[in-house]
Amino acid sequence: MRKGTEPGTILNESEIRDVIQRFAQEIVSTYPDLDQIAVVGIQTGGAHLGRRLVHAISDRARQEPDFGILDITLYRDDIALEINQPIVRQTDIPFEVSGRNIILVDDVLYTGRTVRAALDALIDFGRPRAIRLAVLVDRGLREFPIRPDFVGLEIATTPDQKVHVRLKEQGESSDQVILEKGD
Amino acid sequence: MPLRNKDILGIAELNVDEIDLILDTADSFSEISQRVIKKVPTLRGKTVVNFFHEPSTRTRISFEIAEKRLSADSINFATSGSSFSKGETLLDTVRNLEAMNADIIVMRHGIPGASHFIASRAHASVINAGDGAHEHPTQALLDMLTIRQHTGSLENLTVAIVGDIDHSRVARSNIFGLVKKKARVILVAPPTLLPHRVDDLGVEVSYDFESVIPKADVIMMLRIQRERQGKVLIPSLREYSRYYCLTPERLKLAPAKVLVMHPGPLNRGVEIDPAVADGPHSIILEQVSNGIAVRMALLFLLGGRSSREQSN
Repeated sequence: MRKGTEPGTILNESEIRDVIQRFAQEIVSTYPDLDQIAVVGIQTGGAHLGRRLVHAISDRARQEPDFGILDITLYRDDIALEINQPIVRQTDIPFEVSGRNIILVDDVLYTGRTVRAALDALIDFGRPRAIRLAVLVDRGLREFPIRPDFVGLEIATTPDQKVHVRLKEQGESSDQVILEKGD
Repeated sequence: MPLRNKDILGIAELNVDEIDLILDTADSFSEISQRVIKKVPTLRGKTVVNFFHEPSTRTRISFEIAEKRLSADSINFATSGSSFSKGETLLDTVRNLEAMNADIIVMRHGIPGASHFIASRAHASVINAGDGAHEHPTQALLDMLTIRQHTGSLENLTVAIVGDIDHSRVARSNIFGLVKKKARVILVAPPTLLPHRVDDLGVEVSYDFESVIPKADVIMMLRIQRERQGKVLIPSLREYSRYYCLTPERLKLAPAKVLVMHPGPLNRGVEIDPAVADGPHSIILEQVSNGIAVRMALLFLLGGRSSREQSN
């Protein structure tokens, strides 16, 4: 799915639902044995989307894959540069990581630094068989050699623009992804 | 919201938002100690000096484990066998530590205010790991975290602090913290073991342990500090025990969900009966585990801060 980069709502509620359904379909057909996979969401947007993906997979396959949440604050490379105190949230990986295919879920893929931190954090839990990356929005502008395996929407952006992912789990009235105009 | 100061010197200096930030952060850190690989790279390249001028086993080990789990380089420095015994002043010692680029100094000292003195003259962050009978902030924070994990909140809880309150920096820090968090604190001790000007602390006082127990959500027992008592304040340990030891019989007077705490080391049979210390209401070992999480949280909150200031 590719859209122009006009500011405004770039994904609405039903489009986000479709993306999650498509991810679930692709994952179920790629990994018929769901015992081999686990979904891990990056705090906080990725954790909500990851939970939705787990439900979508279990609706199709009548089996719920393992699910974990990952906070990457302690693995960031910019803690020393942040002006504000980063908040450390909960990490909960309640399953054996070694030997699994891990579906790592995040809301927006941008520089790739968050994913780099998440990869480091994940391999501290064990040696996964593979790690696949699923993102709702890929806005480009990568600074690290990282690419997603499952993409909801790919858009071209400039660094001064902002992509906001608003989800009901965070108290929003409806789901949407908004591209904010740059300077 | 970050911490306002570069140091953690006492609970008196922290506001409620800062206490909440520390406890919330510590809650997130306790998971790391459950992992197979109990280590995160967060403080890689930071140097933490554990400067202990007074004997300590659990606090020093707890700090050391917290530092290692955050990948900091930790150096232990005890006074015996150091140039301290050759007559160097406290300030000179710390200036030397700073010249070696220590980022955080964890300090225990027998004199109240020693860590304040150093903190005001050092660029490094200072964490007070106990200064005389003044404060022991990390102990109070781990106590509040442990209570909160059981009750969800500290507000309106009744906490009885029992024993040698006048000599106890643990009690002082806990009183400051619990009062700030709007808990009801009742100090229980013979008059000789209560501090002067106790009325200014915002707490209640009782000499009668058994009348307080039925009201207590939490009973925090303190160690009788034989090494800090210059003069005789109680007739004998046996007599003290008769009135203030937490025994299984006394515990029967307490609410069903009462929590029993002790900062350690235990004087079994003096202030706490072994059957209570090891019994179902005791959360003493949870306090020890939470100590690591609280200290990791403080090192993280101060460690990130010091490098942010250097780069700005």
